[in-house]
Parts: sequence; C-alpha cells; structure tokens
Amino acid sequence: MTISLTPSPSLQPQGWLRYLSFSTDHKVIGLQYLVCGFLFYLIGGALAGAIRTELLTPISDFLPRETYNEVLTLHGTVMIFLWIVPVVNGAFGNYLIPFYVGARDMAFPRLNAVAFWLIPPAGLLLISSYFITGAAQSGWTAYPPLSITTPATGQIIWILSVLLLGGSSIFGGINFIATILKLRRPGLKLMQLPMYCWAMLGTSILVVLSTPVLAGTLVLLSFDIIAHTGFFNPALGGNAVVYQHLFWFYSHPAVYIMVLPAFGLVSEILPVHARKPLFGYTTMVYSILAIVFLGLIVWAHHMFTSGTPPWMRLFFTIATAFIAVPTGIKFFNWLATLWGGKISLNTAMLFCCGFIVNFVFGGITGVALAQVPFDIHVHDTYFVVGHFHYIVYGGTVFVIFASIYHWYPKVTGRLLNEPLGQLHFWLTFVGFNLCFAPQHWLGLNGMPRRVAEYDPQFTLINQFSSAGALLMALSTLPFLINVVMSAFNGAPAGDNPWNALTPEWLTSSPPPVENWVGEPPLVHEPYGYGQQPGQLNLDSTSGRELWAVGQSESS
Amino acid sequence: MSSITTTDHSETDHGHADHRLFGLATFLVADGMTFAGFFAAYLTFRAVNPLPDGHNYELELLLPTINTLLLLASSFTFHRAGAALRRSDHGLCQRWLLVTAALGFSFLAGQMKEYFALPFGLTDNLFASTFYAITGFHGLHVTLGGLMILIVWWQSRNGGRISVDNQFPLEAAELYWHFVDGIWVILYGILYLL
Repeated sequence: MTISLTPSPSLQPQGWLRYLSFSTDHKVIGLQYLVCGFLFYLIGGALAGAIRTELLTPISDFLPRETYNEVLTLHGTVMIFLWIVPVVNGAFGNYLIPFYVGARDMAFPRLNAVAFWLIPPAGLLLISSYFITGAAQSGWTAYPPLSITTPATGQIIWILSVLLLGGSSIFGGINFIATILKLRRPGLKLMQLPMYCWAMLGTSILVVLSTPVLAGTLVLLSFDIIAHTGFFNPALGGNAVVYQHLFWFYSHPAVYIMVLPAFGLVSEILPVHARKPLFGYTTMVYSILAIVFLGLIVWAHHMFTSGTPPWMRLFFTIATAFIAVPTGIKFFNWLATLWGGKISLNTAMLFCCGFIVNFVFGGITGVALAQVPFDIHVHDTYFVVGHFHYIVYGGTVFVIFASIYHWYPKVTGRLLNEPLGQLHFWLTFVGFNLCFAPQHWLGLNGMPRRVAEYDPQFTLINQFSSAGALLMALSTLPFLINVVMSAFNGAPAGDNPWNALTPEWLTSSPPPVENWVGEPPLVHEPYGYGQQPGQLNLDSTSGRELWAVGQSESS
Repeated sequence: MSSITTTDHSETDHGHADHRLFGLATFLVADGMTFAGFFAAYLTFRAVNPLPDGHNYELELLLPTINTLLLLASSFTFHRAGAALRRSDHGLCQRWLLVTAALGFSFLAGQMKEYFALPFGLTDNLFASTFYAITGFHGLHVTLGGLMILIVWWQSRNGGRISVDNQFPLEAAELYWHFVDGIWVILYGILYLL
C-alpha cells in the first residue's frame, strides 16, 4: 500500500452539513449520536423538572394525575433509550473504537449510519405520542396488566419506538463486536487494547443476547393490546409474571449496557490525568467478562415481590451479591490507579472522581437491595429511585460529562474553559446528591414511587430533593455556554493536550477523515505513563515516528 | 470484493477482509435469542398456566413432520447450489436454488393448510396464542428466506452479480436458511413433540 501523507481535498471534512447527512464516517456518526442524545437529555431533564415540581407539594396540583404518569413514563424512556444508551455506546463507541483498534472506520459503516438514523424518528415518534393521544402511562417497565388497561394508542406508539431503538442498539452491537474482534490492526493483541474496547465488547455481547428478548416480549405485549390475546393478561388465562421475567432478562443487562461503557471510559480518562498506568489491566478485563456473565443471570432480583419461589430468591440473591466482586475489583483498581499519581484535578478528573464516589454509594445500596428481606421492605419505593439514579446518573452521566471534557479538544481542536467546567461539576455534584440522597430516606420510610401525591410528612425532604433537581438543571447552563463558546473562542488545544498515549491522540485534532495520515500507529502500551522515554514498547517503525513524520511534513 | 465494506469516502484501497458473514452470524445469534425468549415463555406458560377445561396441547403430527422433512431437504439442496456455484456451474446452481425455493414455499403452503385445519383460533387459549405467535414468527422468517432465495436465483444467472468471485449473497442467504431450518427443528421438538 502506498502511503499518502496529505489526503486529497475531497477527503477533507465538508462543513457542518455533513452532521445532518447519511455520513458513514464513524467520527461524524459518533458526534451525531452525542448531539442527538444531548437534545433528548434536555427533553428528559425538562420532564424530570416537571416531576420534581409536582412533588414539591403532597397534592397533585401542578400536573393532572394521568399527565404525571405520562411524564414519568416519557422521562424514563427518553433518558434510558434516547440519551444514555445511545451516547455511552453509540457516541463514544463510534468515535473511539476504530481509533483504538487501529482501523479507519467501523466494520460496517453503512449499517452504522442506519443504526444512528433509526434514533431521531423513534424519539420523535415517542414524544409526539404525548401530543397526539397522550403518551404511555405504565412507566418505562410497561408491566401488564397496567400497560394493557391504560390507553392503548400511547402504549402502542411506545412499543413501536422502543422496538426501533432496540433495533438500532442491536445493529450497533453487531458493528462493535465485528470491529473489535475482526478489524484490529495486525500485530495488536486483544490484551493490548485500551480498556474501553473490552467494555464495549462486553456491552455489545449483552446487547446482542438480551435486546432481542425484549423485542419479542414487546411484540407479544402489543398482541395483548391490539388482538386481545392473553399472553400476559391474567383475566384471559395469561401470566403477567412471564412478562416480568422476559422484560428483566433485557432490562437488568441494560443497566450494564449503560454502565459498562462508562467503566471503560473512566479507565481511559483516569490514567491520562493521573499520569500512571491503569492498575490491574488483566483483572479489569476479567471483571468485565464476569460482569457480562453474571449480568445475564440476576434479572429476577427485580421480582422478589412477584411471588417468586424461595429457591429463585436464594439463587438470584447470591448471584446478585457476586456481582459486587468484579465491580469491587474495578473500583479498587481505579483507586490504585489514582494512588500516588500526579493528579491534575481538572474537570474531566473531577467528574471521574464524582463518578467513583456516587457509584460506590449506588453499588452499596445495590448490594443491600439484592437481599430479599430488605428488598421487600423498600420495593417500589423512592429507595429504588435513589439507588437507580446513583447508578445511571451518578455513575454513567457523570462519566459522559467527564468524557466530553476529556475528548472535546480532540474533536474540536480547542480546550473547554476550565472555570466554567469546574462550576458545572460542582453544581452537578451538589445538585445530584441533594436530589437523590434524600430519596433513600423517603423510600425507607415508605414513600412509594410513581405517584403524584404523597403523605404530607414527606414534604420537606421532597422539597430538598426538588431543590437539588433545580441545581442540576442550572448546572446545564455553564456546560452549554462552555461547549458553544469554546467551539469558537476556546484556547487551541494542539493535537495532544493531555500527552495521552491512546491512539486517538496520535493524530491531528480534529482527526482527518480516515483517522491517520499514513499508517495507523501500533500502540502496545496504551497506558505506559510514568516511564522513562525509550522504555515505551511502541512499534517505532510503523507507529508514532511515522506519525511524527507526517506531522512535520504537513505543517 | 474487499472494497465493499470500506467507507465510500475511501479513495485509496484501505480494504480489509470481508466480515459480512461474521456480522450476519452475530445478527442470527440475536435473532435466535428472540426465539429463545418465545420458547422460554411457552415452556413457562405450559408449566404453570393450566388451559381451560376442554382445551389441550395436542396437534396433528403428519403434516408438520412432512414440513420438517421439506425444510431439512431444502438445507441440503441449498448446499448443493453453493457447491455448484463454486464450480462456476451457474445453470446447476440455479436449478438447485429453484428446488430450494420450491421446498420453502411448499413448507409455507403446508403451514397454511395446517392453520386452516386447526380447531383453535388466535385468542382461544394461551396455547393457541403462543402457537400462532411462534409458528407465525418462524413463517415470517421462511417467507423472507424464500424471497431471498429467489433474488439469489436471479442474480446467480450467467452474468449476474453472483459468481465464484462474489459468493457472499448466496452464502449469506444459505447461512440464514440453515438458521431458519435449525430453529424449526427446535420449534418442532418443543411445540409438536413435547
């Protein structure tokens, strides 16, 4: 192959319109996922704001009760299926994975574009249902018989849009598996890949194995609604608990589909800003694989109050508690990575530290919830709401923000404003904890979730929680200002402002269309920080030196 | 061939090996999990939800057994079509493909015949609903596969897109067809024999 160090003009980026096109460039698709997901995050956040406003007072005065049910259903569905899953998988996965495996694009670029372009119509479909006939009212779990007895049109639209989003997710998962396993640059071994590749491989396996089960289940549910079959309708001889089993067979792994990529991203960001190798690479990899396996066999811990027989309770309690082991290994590995490092406490690092703090708290309440007696006490209370948000917001969303601060210079060539970033972090961290920590107390004392009205004794604590939600809403402002302003006026970042070693930094910022001018670098040690120059085991003939040659010739 | 999976913004040849069959196999794993969910639901219903009085799980076996043999034979004939293509014998390849499609559509005809002869309808009881949902979902797969075979048949004429240098469409349809057959064998065991 001949190496051209300057790409022909037709290969150069073609302006912002390509972000609205059916582009097959993995970096364009990654940003499409990110921006589209963030718009839905704003919508989901507004819905959360409506929920917290309603809960300022014990009576239903801000929203009618049916509307409240629609709002909480839309909030959950939008945040999970249109913000977290697409962004933490689709956005960062598409942007980073080809770099990490040393490829110029994903294995199936057109399928990749199809997977993205399923999302905006599905999202608009879902949200439009609110304005047409009223959205679904049965929560993001859509448990029958509730989902069969609430108004049918909204529920059917909900099912259709979740099916589309599930299809998008499966196509993405297939693409990631093929890219990571088949598209690695020759000479790059699996155990030399950056950790995010392993996280995405594990996540994609979960996506491919569990999402289709949800899809099939929702098709059966739509038969129950439209054709009056009785699969899940006890009134017609059906079995609603079977729906719960099938639903959680997807939706428990879905928690790992949301949080495993975040684990991977944290494992990329911490070593760079602590200037130390990632501690315990091999144990990290096996922990991910263990979480993938265990994540598939713990679903019934969501169903301890659904008449589960004792043996099932015993098995699912023990299996769930086991997940704490690989998760704990990862947690201590991150701490050990930070230990004794030259830590730059910038915004990306702050969000990672926030993640570690929030996640360990959410993890501990998770182990508590795995215990049947405790779970029965707090089932369907605000304790579960608090626990869940500590995992998906305190865990994953914090990592999404950390990743935006970390990779923004790569994507735009400009640095984000640090003081605004720190303001964003502290508003988010304080607001988040003020919002969700009190909900554990509410749940322990018996406040049920998903209802617009509650016992007046809970009023004060709910107002604390709503104040936290207001801070979280405000925290979005410095972030938005920062992201928009820095795109035009940010300090030039250079190609590698963090002196990072993973392959996406060994090219220009923003990267050229096919990622590298010349051969992709072969990085055997993506975390080789803190070593003497010359000790790095980089393939000097094909990798960094060639890249450096390309740099000097093009400048 | 290798350029097909690279990006269309690529002007230089950064082509890599063809991973489309691998991608299809991954998709079939996902598709198989859909069936696995249906089978799990069916088995659970059967174990814990008794049917109303006068309803039972019995089905006629003769027609489905013939159907099973038809599908198994079609897997074999599809394989012969692939072997003929690798010898560049387009005529023979097309003949075997036609036989395969005929077997597939005979299966569908048999399935329709069975549907019309059955004593229960979609909403009669839980077993009836599950039976129609699973066999219907499988029948949808057979229909799609049959259409694929016809497209492959057309494209594998002499001078068509499919040749010994571009076997992928035939191989993909063949992999899919074997998958659909395999699912049927499991379905037959669970729904008809169990």
